Amino acid sequence: MMKCPSNIIELMHNYLDEEISPQDELILRDHLHECAKCSQHFNDLKKTVAFIQHSSHLVPSDDFTAKVMARLPKEKKTIRLGRWLKKHPMITAASLFFALMMGSLLTTWNGEQQFSVSTKENLIIKGNTVIVPKGEVVNGDIVVRNGSIQIEGKVNGDVTVIHGEKHLASAGQVTGEIEEINEVFGWIWYNIKDMMKDTLETFDRE
Amino acid sequence: MEQLVKNRIKAIKKGDQNAYAEIVEIYKNKVYQLCYRMLGNRHEAEDVAQEAFIRAYINIHTYNPDMKFSSWLYRIATNLSIDRIRKKKPDFYLDAEVSGTDGLTMYSQLASTEASPEDTLESLELQEIVQKAILKLPEKYRSVIVLKYIEELSLQEISEILDLPVGTVKTRLHRGREALRKQLGHL
Repeated sequence: MMKCPSNIIELMHNYLDEEISPQDELILRDHLHECAKCSQHFNDLKKTVAFIQHSSHLVPSDDFTAKVMARLPKEKKTIRLGRWLKKHPMITAASLFFALMMGSLLTTWNGEQQFSVSTKENLIIKGNTVIVPKGEVVNGDIVVRNGSIQIEGKVNGDVTVIHGEKHLASAGQVTGEIEEINEVFGWIWYNIKDMMKDTLETFDRE
Repeated sequence: MEQLVKNRIKAIKKGDQNAYAEIVEIYKNKVYQLCYRMLGNRHEAEDVAQEAFIRAYINIHTYNPDMKFSSWLYRIATNLSIDRIRKKKPDFYLDAEVSGTDGLTMYSQLASTEASPEDTLESLELQEIVQKAILKLPEKYRSVIVLKYIEELSLQEISEILDLPVGTVKTRLHRGREALRKQLGHL
C-alpha cells in the first residue's frame, strides 16, 4: 500500500485553479500515475467541474429590461424637465419670455391707477377727461390711462383708452384706430402689439 | 466595452434614466444566470435579478469607478440572492425530488445505463442533478462555485466581488468542489 502525500488533494485543487508550481505539478503527476485511488479522486473532480461548466445557460424573459425600467424610481422632476427643455429650446425660450412678460404686465396693470395722457398738445384736460376741442387738430397718437376721452376735433393718429371710455362726437374725426381697453387680456394684447411694433420699427431703422 | 459602460454610467449619474436600459441589456443574461444558479428557480431568479438592477440604479452614486462595474453588479446580485435563500421557507416541492439519495441514485442509474456521459450532459435529468447539487451547497461555497464556473471569473475578481481575501476564495472553492464531487463524481 502506497502512502499518499498529505497535501495531495490540495495540489489537485491548485492544479484546477491553474495556480500550481511546476515542482508541485510534477509531484502530482507522479503520484497520480502510481495511485489509483488518488487518480480516481482527481478524475472525479475534473468531471464535476466539467458538469458544472457545461450546465446549460438560461436566459431571462424577453421583456426583462422593460420590466426593470418600469420598476425604477421616477426621475427627479427637475431632471425630467431639464431633459425636456434641452430638447425644446425654442419653446423654452418662448415660454420663459412669455412668463416674464405676463408678470411685469400684470404688475403694471394693477399698479397704474393714476390718470395720464400721452400728449398734451392741443388738448383740454378736465379732471379725468381729455377733450379734443372742436376745430383743433392733434397730430400723433393719443393714449389715455384711467380716464376718458371726448373727441370733438380731429386726431391724426390712433386713439387708445385704457381703463376708461371714449366719446366720439359726430363732428370728431380720428384718422387712425380707436381702441378701448378695459380687460387684462386686452391690456396684455395691447402691450404685445405695442412691443412688436417697436421691435419692428427698431429693425426697420437698422 | 468598458469605455461604453463608463460613459453610460456618467450619463446615469447625471440623471439620464434612459442610459440605464443599455446597461441592463449588456448584463441581464449574466446577472440572471448568477441568480438562477444561486436560487434554482426561474421565477425567483428573474425577480432577484430585476431587484439587483434596481438596487444598482438607486445606489449608482456609491459605485466606485476603480472597480469593474460588472464586479459591483455581481456583488449586489450575489448578496440579494443570499438574502433570498436565507428568507426562503424550505421548499418542500423541490426537496421531495432532491433530498433523498434515492432520487439521485435512480437518476444516476438511468444515466449510466442508457447513454454515454456526453449524451447525458445534454439531458434534462443531468441538468437538474447538477443544479440540485449546486443548491445543496452552503451559500458561501455556492456563490464561489457559481462565480467561478458559471460566470467564469478569475479568483481575483471573485475576491473583489465577495470582498474576501483571495486565500479565502480558494479555500471555499476547494471545499465547494469536494462537496460537489461527492454528489456528481460518480455519475
